[in-house]
Amino acid sequence: MAIPSPVAPDIRRTMIAAILLGIGFMAAIDEIIFHQVLAWHHFIDTGSSALALASDGLLHTMELVLFIVGAFMMIELHGRAAQAPGYRGPGFLLGMGGFQTFDGIVDHKILGLHQVRYVEHVWLYDIAWVGAGLVVLAIGWKLLQRARQGQATSQH
Amino acid sequence: MTAHSTLHAPMAMGATSAIAWLLIACLWLVYIAGVWRTHRQKPWPWWRTLLFTAGCLTLAVAFVPALMHAAHQDVRWHMVQHLLLGMFAPLGLVFATPMTLLLRNLPPGGARRLVRFLGTVPVRVLTHPVIAALLDIGGMYLLYMTPLYAMSLSTPWLGHFLHLHFIISGTLFTWAIAGPDPAPHRPGWRMRMGVLFVAMVAHATLGKLLYAFGFPHGTGAGLEELHQAAMWMYYWGDLAEAVLVAALMLAWLRRRRRALHPDGPPADTRTGSDASLRVDDPGKMA
Repeated sequence: MAIPSPVAPDIRRTMIAAILLGIGFMAAIDEIIFHQVLAWHHFIDTGSSALALASDGLLHTMELVLFIVGAFMMIELHGRAAQAPGYRGPGFLLGMGGFQTFDGIVDHKILGLHQVRYVEHVWLYDIAWVGAGLVVLAIGWKLLQRARQGQATSQH
Repeated sequence: MTAHSTLHAPMAMGATSAIAWLLIACLWLVYIAGVWRTHRQKPWPWWRTLLFTAGCLTLAVAFVPALMHAAHQDVRWHMVQHLLLGMFAPLGLVFATPMTLLLRNLPPGGARRLVRFLGTVPVRVLTHPVIAALLDIGGMYLLYMTPLYAMSLSTPWLGHFLHLHFIISGTLFTWAIAGPDPAPHRPGWRMRMGVLFVAMVAHATLGKLLYAFGFPHGTGAGLEELHQAAMWMYYWGDLAEAVLVAALMLAWLRRRRRALHPDGPPADTRTGSDASLRVDDPGKMA
C-alpha cells in the first residue's frame, strides 16, 4: 500500500462530517435521555396528523443516516490524513446546537410532534431547550472564527 | 386475547415449527456442503459461514413453539417474530454471500446459466431496489393497516404465508440494497442509498402510525400492547436498517480509497470485501 502523501486538510469536508456527527449526536441524546431515560418526551402527541407523523419519520431517519454518513466521512478523511483539525470541534458544536434549536422550534412548536415535558409552564422548558441550542451554536461559531484565524485549540 | 386462539391446538403449531426447522436445517446443510466441497481449492471466509449460521439460528428462534404461540396471542411477540424473520435473519443470510458460494459450486455451464437467469427481466424487476422495497415495506402497510392482520390470526394458511413473505421480502430487500454478492445488473450506489432512505422513512412512519391509530385493528389487543409493539418495530427496525446504511457507506469508503490509490490494495466486489474474490483477480494482486 502506498504511503499516503501529505495532503492539504480538507476544511469543507471536515466541517460537513463534523456537523453531521453533531446532529446525530444531539439527536441520539434527545432519543436516549429525553425519550427513554427521563421519558419527558412522548413517542407521539395525541392528535398528531398523519403528515406530522411522516415528517417525524423523515427527521428520525435523517438523524440516523446523517450520523452514519458523518462517521464514514470522518474515517475517510482520516485515512488520507485530510482532516482539518481545528474545524472538527466547531463543526460538531454547530451541528449539535443547530439540531437542538431546530428541534425546539420546528419539531416541538411548529409541527407539534411532542413537547419537552408535559407540565404546566412548558414555555420555560421551551426557552431552556432552544436557549441551550443557541448557546452551543454560539460557542461553535466562536470556535469556528478562531479556527479561521489559525488559532484553533486543536492543531493535530 | 382473542377467541380464535383456541382454534389452533398447540399440536398444529408444533407441526409448523418442526417443518420450519427442517427446512432451515436443510438450508444450512446445503450452505455447509457448498463450503465443504470447495474450501480446499479456495478458502471460504469463516465469518461468512458464521453469518449464515447466525441467520439460520435467528430464523429457527422465530419458529420456537412458545414464541409462535405468544405471537399468536400478543401483537408484541408477533412484532418480535416479524423483526427476527424479516429484518435480522436476512442480514446474516445475505451477508453470507450465498450466491457467490452457489456460483463457485456449479460447473461452468451451470454457473453461466444461473448468471443468465439472474439477468432475465422478471428477476431483474423483482430484485430491483424499488420493487423489493415496495414488497417489503408496502407489504407491512398492507398487513397492519388493513384487516389482513386480524384475518391472518384466524386463517392458518395466511399466517404461514405471511411468515414466508417476511423472510422472502426481507431477504430480497437486504440483497437488493446492500447485498455483497456480485450482481451485474445491480443499480448504482446513489439509487440504492436513496431507496433505503425512503424505505427507512416509510418504516419509521409506519411505526408512528401504528402507535397513533392503534393498528393493527381487530385483534382485541389493548392499547398499551399495541403501543409497545409499534415502538419495538420503530426502534429495533432502526438497528437493522443502520446496518444496511453502514454496509453501503463501507462500499463508498472502499471505492473512494480505490479511486485515490489505484495501485493500492486489490479491488473488491461492488459492496463486499470477499477475500476469496480478491484472489480471483490476479491482475490486481501483482
